Amino acid sequence: MQQSLVLILAITSVNLRSMPQRLGSSAVAVIGIAGVVIVFVAVLSMAQGFRTVMASTGDPRTAIALRAGTSSETSSILSREAVQVIKDAPGILRGPEGPLASGELLVVVRHAKTSTGKTANLAMRGVERAAFDLRDEVRIVEGRRFETGRAEIMVGRAAARQFRGLEVGRSVRWGGNDWHIVGMFEAEGALAESEVWSDVDVLQPIYRRGNLVNAVHVRLESPGSIGVFREALAADPRVDVTVVGTADYYAQQSVTLTRLISTVGVGIAVLMGIGATFGAVNTMYSAVASRTREIATLRALGFGAVPVVISVLAESAMLALVGGILGGAAAWLIFDGYQTSTLNFQSFSQVAFAFAVTPSLLFQGLLGALLMAIAGGLLPGWRAARLPIVTALRDV
Amino acid sequence: MRFLPLVWHSLMRRKVRTIFTALSIVVALVLFAGLMAIRTAFARGVDLFGADRLVVTHSVSLQQPLPLAYRTRLATTPGIREVTHRVWFRGIYQDPANRFPQLAVDSDTWFAMYPEWVVPSDQLTTWQADRTGAIVGRALMDRFGWKVGDRIPMQSALYAKPDGSAWEFTIDGVYDIAKERAGRGQANLFFFHYGYFNQARTLDRDFTEVYTVRVADPTRAVEVAERIDAQFANSPFETTTSTENAFLQSLADQVGDVGAIVIAIAATVIFTVLLVCGNMMAQSIRERTGQIAVLKTLGFTDARVLGLVLLESSLLAVIPGAAGLGGAWLVIQQGDPTGGLLPAFYLPTRDLVLGGLLSGALGLAAGVLPAWQASRLQIVDALRRQD
Repeated sequence: MQQSLVLILAITSVNLRSMPQRLGSSAVAVIGIAGVVIVFVAVLSMAQGFRTVMASTGDPRTAIALRAGTSSETSSILSREAVQVIKDAPGILRGPEGPLASGELLVVVRHAKTSTGKTANLAMRGVERAAFDLRDEVRIVEGRRFETGRAEIMVGRAAARQFRGLEVGRSVRWGGNDWHIVGMFEAEGALAESEVWSDVDVLQPIYRRGNLVNAVHVRLESPGSIGVFREALAADPRVDVTVVGTADYYAQQSVTLTRLISTVGVGIAVLMGIGATFGAVNTMYSAVASRTREIATLRALGFGAVPVVISVLAESAMLALVGGILGGAAAWLIFDGYQTSTLNFQSFSQVAFAFAVTPSLLFQGLLGALLMAIAGGLLPGWRAARLPIVTALRDV
Repeated sequence: MRFLPLVWHSLMRRKVRTIFTALSIVVALVLFAGLMAIRTAFARGVDLFGADRLVVTHSVSLQQPLPLAYRTRLATTPGIREVTHRVWFRGIYQDPANRFPQLAVDSDTWFAMYPEWVVPSDQLTTWQADRTGAIVGRALMDRFGWKVGDRIPMQSALYAKPDGSAWEFTIDGVYDIAKERAGRGQANLFFFHYGYFNQARTLDRDFTEVYTVRVADPTRAVEVAERIDAQFANSPFETTTSTENAFLQSLADQVGDVGAIVIAIAATVIFTVLLVCGNMMAQSIRERTGQIAVLKTLGFTDARVLGLVLLESSLLAVIPGAAGLGGAWLVIQQGDPTGGLLPAFYLPTRDLVLGGLLSGALGLAAGVLPAWQASRLQIVDALRRQD
């Protein structure tokens, strides 16, 4: 057992040391694999980045109450009476000014984007004062909160970046109404950063919503109190609501888009991987072809088939490793943190996110590269092992 | 052409290597075709059906309502031939996960405005007489296993009935996509009467969401659009009117610059396969210096040798390339793999041709360096070399 290990190591080291002779075709295999890894990591980091925005929006101490049977804020509607019942329910953290709950109305306005100049949908959320307190991650970075009763808005940092002219101190005109921008907030990269916030009481009449809101966002006494909150509302005949943890809500909102991007990304990567594997096979075949006499000599000396196959696989794996590392590094350098935005199908407004090249993705890329290596090296390795020694020794 | 057997023989010298290179080219072109289909899904080209239609929405947002009274005013605006309107219902059928678009439409005018949705005339007549009837797309019928005559209940939080009961519809007919647009239409829509909807709802009664108008002269569409918006400017409900193509394009644009991403990926793929191909050709030529020298001795000119090698690399790329494109086209014809998520899914002829040209260019690019080397080979050096 130990002896065969020594044999394998011996042949493999000879093999690897002869690699510089085959630099050209080796480089081709490396670049092919690197290309696949770059595309794979880039596309999936898009999905990951989008998912991160949605996930970081979910604080386990907050929950959302929606009209029963709806799965998103924009299709839910709650009356003022229902909002009051929800706010009185047990399980909500109470502050000096009352329960930390905010009845919120989500509308969409069209505004020009900075990058293209074309109009896109911007989410405007009408909130109550408690909205800032119930969300820990929201911090005002410039200006101040809007004053209740006035047509003032605060812009999320990502929204300010993605859309034109959303600067503190300026005004915007939407639908014949002037809104004065008084502050900017950030929210640790969460979805709220792509929104613009205003006073819900000012928003309602302008958008003809009477005193209706979409949902009530609440801060729970503790993550466990969601059960108490939910049951109390379920038992109350005055309202017909469903309670969902904020994290679950946003995770579910992102499902469609993340699934779409992931499917497409994996599909492309698999196809490219197949193509790169064929390229690797070619390279390994030529590697074996250029070492024909060497392999035949080794076999004549008594080295078995297994060490030969393993040495070929080792070379192939080495190439894949280099390709995988190069591709991963390139993807990380180029794409990690790249800011972009897309359409959130649920709220039909822009959501900003950044590509997220995570260690897990890089690892998956490397794994894929190694898989390609093994697939690419098997056939040539097998061929090398079964080379008829006599003909091989004669080969020029 | 008489040198084809020679070229073929050169390619088949190392069968396995040629086959694997050819396979990687097939895969590359399949990917190319898939990427182009995705790009098409997000970029709407000029469509003969939408060329004379304009979309009128509230200037602030798609979801803000417009008064029903605008219908008459639009109908009497010069340059407009037909007017229809719709509201997006946002209903839930059984499970919130069963998402599909339901539209409350102006039943007298809707299908005349959208001839790409073909309804058998008897079904259309039944529907127009049935207030609670619905016309459903073929894909939706298949998805839920519905039949004409089924009663479909739906809930809507936004448009709840005062008594809280479900909205009930009877399927009166099925629409199919017109032949001219096969593969490019949405067959998953659910249309019902605006009249029934408006009477039974409490929110935004006597309002609608989006008007679609047909202009008499498509070449003056922009002028008419401006006329419409001017008419309603500074009123409580200002409008923004655009051609249907511009409207759909702006929606697609909001998803992101899918076009750029797709092209970047396609470029990476093509570049990688170019390397593979080029490497193979270079290896092949290096192995055959003796052979090439013999050819030159026999009288083949430098130029002819160049041509032969280029022909060889072109064949290597074009044949698998065509196979890949053809196979991909057949698969794409089967329809949208995401089950209705994408607005369209097909491979335009333009991209097929582009793919073909790309494979040709690939072959030439891969062969150009080895061909140059082969043509410059000195017979004496080559015959002397032990390779």
